[in-house]
Amino acid sequence: MPNPLDSLWATVIGGVLLTIVLYFVARWLMGA
Amino acid sequence: MDFVPAISRWIHLLAGIMWLGLLYYFNFVQVAALKAAQADGSGAGIGKHIAPRALFFFRWSSLVTWLAGASLLGANFTDAFLLRPSHAAIGIGAWLGTIMFVNVWVVIWPCQKRILGMVDASEQEKNTARRVAYLASRANTMLSIPMVFFMAAGAHGAIYFQ
Repeated sequence: MPNPLDSLWATVIGGVLLTIVLYFVARWLMGA
Repeated sequence: MDFVPAISRWIHLLAGIMWLGLLYYFNFVQVAALKAAQADGSGAGIGKHIAPRALFFFRWSSLVTWLAGASLLGANFTDAFLLRPSHAAIGIGAWLGTIMFVNVWVVIWPCQKRILGMVDASEQEKNTARRVAYLASRANTMLSIPMVFFMAAGAHGAIYFQ
């Protein structure tokens, strides 16, 4: 299986997806 | 001492721009350029003249960014890193930035020293170091995206989309 980090676009998309996940984690931590 | 946070924020932003600018240069420009340059035999100059200079400013700007960020957090440093509710957003940003900073000094720089011949290494070790440094750099590029969201946007209400 190819490493997604070998693709620049997969790296950027991975970063955006991680942002979305962490956004909800942050809201949960803040009790929002 | 009221001027300290303002100066820290200024330095944090300047050094952070240099750090991320060079990180994006490596990932968006140099990797592809080096591949193309090696194919037509003109890549030596990049490795000899550009990469060492870029890496020098890359790693030292990461240290300055982290130290200025820690200074900016000041008394809130512990609250941020413990992800307390009042500092959860900046805390996530601080953790991401810290992981990236450690990645630079503990993974990328030792690998680059082998690749650039500053430390003795066999061709096999150099190839392994190239792959590890490349993946660590790509991981930092990925982490920088949420890091900027939580550091910059998060600090201005984006966490509530206000």
